[in-house]
Amino acid sequence: MHSFLRAYPTEAKLLAVLILICIGLSIASPDFLTLVNFTSLLNNNAVNVIWAVGLLVVLIAGGIDISFAVAASVVQYLCVYAFAAIGGGNWAIGFLFAGGFGLALGLINAFLIHQFRIISIVVTISTFNAFFGLLMFFSSGRFLYNLPSWWSGRVILWEYQTASGTWAELILPVLVMAICMAATWVLIRRTTTGRQLYAFGDNPEGARRAGISIGLMQAIAFGWCGMMAGIAGLMQAHITKEVVPNALIGRELEVLAAVVLGGARLGGGRGSVLGCFLGVLLVAVTQNGLNLLGVSPYAFKMVVGVIILLAISTSNLDPARLFVPRKGRNA
Amino acid sequence: MPADAVPPDALRFSGITKIFGGVKAVDDVSFTVGAGEVHCLAGENGCGKSTLIKIITGVYQPEPGAGMEIFGQTYAQISPTQARKAGIAVIWQDLALFAEMTVAENIAFETMLGNRPRAVSYARLHRVAAAALARLDVELDLDARLGSLPIAQRQIVAIARALVSDARLIFMDEPTASLTQSETDALLAVVRTLSARGVAVVFVSHRLAEVLEISSRVTVLRDGRLVGVFPTAGLTQSRLTELMTGTVITHDVMARDTGHNPEVLRIEGLTRAGEFGDISFTLRAGEVLGLTGLIGAGRTELCHTLFGMTRPDRGRIILNGQDLQLRSNRDAVAAGIAYVSEDRLALGLIQPQSIADNTVLSVLRQITGAGGLLSSRKKDATVSHWISELAVKIGTPADAVSTLSGGNQQRVVLAKWLATRPKVLLLDCPTVGVDVGARAGIFRIVRALAEKGLAILLVSDEVPEVFLNADRVLHMAGGRIAHEWDPRQTGLPEMEAAVYA
Repeated sequence: MHSFLRAYPTEAKLLAVLILICIGLSIASPDFLTLVNFTSLLNNNAVNVIWAVGLLVVLIAGGIDISFAVAASVVQYLCVYAFAAIGGGNWAIGFLFAGGFGLALGLINAFLIHQFRIISIVVTISTFNAFFGLLMFFSSGRFLYNLPSWWSGRVILWEYQTASGTWAELILPVLVMAICMAATWVLIRRTTTGRQLYAFGDNPEGARRAGISIGLMQAIAFGWCGMMAGIAGLMQAHITKEVVPNALIGRELEVLAAVVLGGARLGGGRGSVLGCFLGVLLVAVTQNGLNLLGVSPYAFKMVVGVIILLAISTSNLDPARLFVPRKGRNA
Repeated sequence: MPADAVPPDALRFSGITKIFGGVKAVDDVSFTVGAGEVHCLAGENGCGKSTLIKIITGVYQPEPGAGMEIFGQTYAQISPTQARKAGIAVIWQDLALFAEMTVAENIAFETMLGNRPRAVSYARLHRVAAAALARLDVELDLDARLGSLPIAQRQIVAIARALVSDARLIFMDEPTASLTQSETDALLAVVRTLSARGVAVVFVSHRLAEVLEISSRVTVLRDGRLVGVFPTAGLTQSRLTELMTGTVITHDVMARDTGHNPEVLRIEGLTRAGEFGDISFTLRAGEVLGLTGLIGAGRTELCHTLFGMTRPDRGRIILNGQDLQLRSNRDAVAAGIAYVSEDRLALGLIQPQSIADNTVLSVLRQITGAGGLLSSRKKDATVSHWISELAVKIGTPADAVSTLSGGNQQRVVLAKWLATRPKVLLLDCPTVGVDVGARAGIFRIVRALAEKGLAILLVSDEVPEVFLNADRVLHMAGGRIAHEWDPRQTGLPEMEAAVYA
C-alpha cells in the first residue's frame, strides 16, 4: 500500500476523490449504488476508456493527438464499405480491419510529425480537419444503417435480473475495454519499448543520445493511439447500431481532459492505465450523479470543467507541504 | 592477463587536427590517458576541449593522419557506437537522464534499449543498478523518482549508468559546476574509487583547486594547440592559470581603505528563523564587501531577504539612512537594490531572447515614449550604453543571449541590473561556470563599478575570490557572521582555515 501511494500519488488521490463522490452520491440518491447503475456506467464509458488508453501512450511519449475521435469515425465508414466489399465479415475480421485502419491513420500522424519535424498538436489539428473534411465530403453527411448483423447485434456477456425486475448486464465493449487496458499496461509497463516511450517523452535528447530510435517511438505511440481509436469506433457503432459522420467529433477533448485528470502529463513521461480509467470514471460518475440528482444536463459540462480544473491545480500541490513553510534551496 | 603485464593505456591519440570552415579548432594535439588514471583536460572556453572530446567519442571525425588507439586497439575511424563499445562514456553537463523514471531505471537504462520489444524485468533492473552503485560505494534509493534527487546524486546516477555499459574511460564535463563543497568532496571520492578499480576518468573543470586535487596529470590546451602535459604534483593554481591563458594574471589583493566613504546600507540584527540570525554590517559607497562561507551557511538566503524576496523575522535594513520595509523585490529595485542571482542561466536571463531585450528587461518602464509605448530609440540608447560600458563582446544586440559565452552572458546580466541605476549591487557567486580568463574580466568590472561609487556585496564560496577582490570580507557560518577580515591584514591561509574548518 505504501509503495502504491509513493509510485502512484495522483492515482491514489483520484481514487480517494472517486470513493468520496461515490459515498456522497449513494447517500444523496438511492439509485446510485445499484448494480444496474454500475454496469451501465461501465457499458457507457467503455469507448472513452479505449480511446483514453490509446491517447495515454501518445501523451507518455511527449505528444498529443487531437485527431483520434474523428479518425474513429473515418474507420467506421471504411469498415462499413470494407465489410460490404468482402460480403459481411465477422468479429475477428472486424477487429482486424478496424484496428488496421486506425493504425494506418495513426501512422499518417507519426509520419508527418517525424518526417517534417512538426509538433504533434499542429499535425493532429491538421489531420483532425483533413480526416473530418474528407469524411463529410465522401459520405455527404449520410448516416449508414446497413451494418452487418454480427456488428449491430447486441452481445451480452453477463446478465442478472435484480429483485426489482430490472436487468443488469455487461456488453461486449466492456470486455474489449478490459483487453485494451491490459494490452496497453503490458506495453508501457512490461516491455522495453514501453519504457523507451516513457524515456523519450521525459527527455527526448537524452533518449536520442542513449540510442533510442525516435521515428520508431513516434510510430508506436501514434500507431497505438490510432489502433485504439479504430477499435473504439467499432465498439461505438456496435452500441449505436448506426454510423453517423459527426457523431464522435468533439469527444477528443473530453477524453484528453480525462487522461490528464488521470495523471498523464502534457509534457510527456508520466501517466498510467489505472489513472486513465479513474479519470474517465470520475468524469462519468460525476455526470451520472448530477443526472440522478435531477440537475440540468446543460450544467454537466460546467461542473466537469470545474472538477478538472480543481484536480489539475491541486495535483501539483503536495498536501504535506501545505503546512510547512517553504525553505530556500540551501537551507 | 598475467599479473605482471602492464595494462595498455586507456587512450593514445596523436596528431589530432580538426578544421571547421578553414579554422583549426584542434591543431595537432596528442592526448594520452593511462589505464585507471584520473586525468584533467584544462583550457579556457573555446580552446578545443569539447572538439577533442567529440573526436574521441566519435561524434566528429579528425582530419586524416590522426593516430587513434583505445585500450591498445588501433582505429582508423571511430563511430559513436564503436567508442561506446570500446568502453568510453561521456557524462555531459546536462546529464541526459530521465527525471520521471526511477533511479534503477536510469542506471540500468541500457538493459532496456533495442528496437525489438522485450519483457522488462524490474528485478534485473534492480540487480544491475545495485551492482553499479556498489562499485561506487554509494547507496541510493533505487525506487526514488530521479527528479526528486538533488543534482549531486543525479551525477552519481549518471556515473553508475556509465559503469553499467562497462565504461573503462569516463569523461566528466564540468561535473562539479553546480555542487556544494561537501557534494563535490563526495563526487571526488567516487572518482577515486573508480580510479582504484581501474576505470580511467578524464575530468574537465573550471575549478582549478579540484583539478589539482583529483588528477595525477593535466593536459592543457590553448587556442586549439597542446600547451603540454604536466604532472599535478608541484603545480600551483596560478601556474596552471598562466598555462591556460598564456598570460600572467596578477593575484594582488585589491582591498583599499573605504572606511571614510559615506555609509549606504546598514543591516542591524537581521534574522530569519532557520536561515540566518543576528546579521549586522555596514556597506559603504564604493566598497566591495566580500561575503563567503560554505554553501548552506545562509548567504543566498540573506541576499534573498535583502532583495525583498523573503521577509525578515527581526532586524532592520537601512538604506541611505532610511528604514526599508521590502514587501517584494519590486520594492527593492525601486529602492535601488539590484541582485545578480547565483543561477544566472536559469533565473537571470531569458536565453532565447535577444541581448537587447534582456538588457532592458528590468527598466521597461523607463524606456517608454509617447503614450506609454516602448520607445525603440530609448531602448537602443540604453542597450548600446551598457554594452560599451561593460565591454560585452557581441555580434549585434538582436542576437539571442544563448549565443554568448558564459562570461559575456554574465555581463549582460550585470547590464540588466546596472540599467536600473542601483545604489547597492548584490552579486551572488558571479563566476560560477565562468572560465579563468573571463573571471578576471568580471572582477575588473566589479572594481570599476566600485570606483564609480556603487556599493557591492560580493558573495562567493571561493575564499580566494573575496580575498583578492573585496575591501573587507565577512565570513558567514551557520547563519551568523563568524568573522570580519581585512585582506590587507589577514592572509588567505587563515581565512581558508576558518571557512573550511
